[in-house]
Amino acid sequence: MKAAVIVFPGSNCDRDLAVAFEAAGADVQMVWHKDTELPRDLDIVGVPGGFSFGDYLRCGAIAANSPICNSLKAHTDRGGYAIGICNGFQVLTETGILPGALLRNAGLKYICKSIGLKVVTRDSAFTEGYNAGDIINIPIAHHDGNYYADDATIDTLHDQDRIAFTYTENPNGAAKDIAGILSENRRVLGMMPHPERAADAGHGGTDGAALFRALMGALAPA
Amino acid sequence: MKARVHVMLKNGVLDPQGEAVRHALGALGFDGVNGVRQGKVIELDLAEGATEADVTAMCEKLLANTVIESYSVEIG
Repeated sequence: MKAAVIVFPGSNCDRDLAVAFEAAGADVQMVWHKDTELPRDLDIVGVPGGFSFGDYLRCGAIAANSPICNSLKAHTDRGGYAIGICNGFQVLTETGILPGALLRNAGLKYICKSIGLKVVTRDSAFTEGYNAGDIINIPIAHHDGNYYADDATIDTLHDQDRIAFTYTENPNGAAKDIAGILSENRRVLGMMPHPERAADAGHGGTDGAALFRALMGALAPA
Repeated sequence: MKARVHVMLKNGVLDPQGEAVRHALGALGFDGVNGVRQGKVIELDLAEGATEADVTAMCEKLLANTVIESYSVEIG
């Protein structure tokens, strides 16, 4: 599996994500936001967590308009796989690759803790290593993770089984407890929690590792 | 040309910051504040020849996220 991780000024989970991809067996290239082309023959692009461009204007807004994001959009338009975690999820909504937006946490506080997530669907390359209904523990670390979309969009996500993860105890006011969603073709996942921070015994939890292993299984050349 | 862009969360989108300000005003004894909505103002200093349509395009592309925000443009 060939993976690329995009690095913006202010990204701070880019290396963690690269390590998680590598631990699952991927070849990983880091790609700077000013690059205009992603490497060829990629299986997946990772958009990492952090505070791209200092969260100025809106979280992810300036990153979403950086040169590499045109290539990211072309990649997902062609049916390529991508995962956006935390700030990466915010970037994916700002580019329009995923619907909705991430608002300020309802309690206004930055929240950093491990949290229970329910796996809602196993029908994706990201989640097929779990069973629907599994409760896994994954850290969150965000100030703007309150998922919002209009009612019609939420209904569509629900009806198309595109809600990947929900919080067992909603920490941030997210609509329908949504923690992560899939694109219509199920090849793009955006999620606020950090599976790459629960992918090694040294992290204190390994519930995120199955996501990367499942990706490797689905995307590795046969 | 100068332009001033006002960006507000859309009606119906919860504004937790505005809510916090409303609580703080109440705590200071300012009764009768039924609601507070907090937005932002972006001032643009534009070169000759720029048009309101240009500013609208900037709002659509970057300055506002129309999923959650509405905007208005004041020229001059």
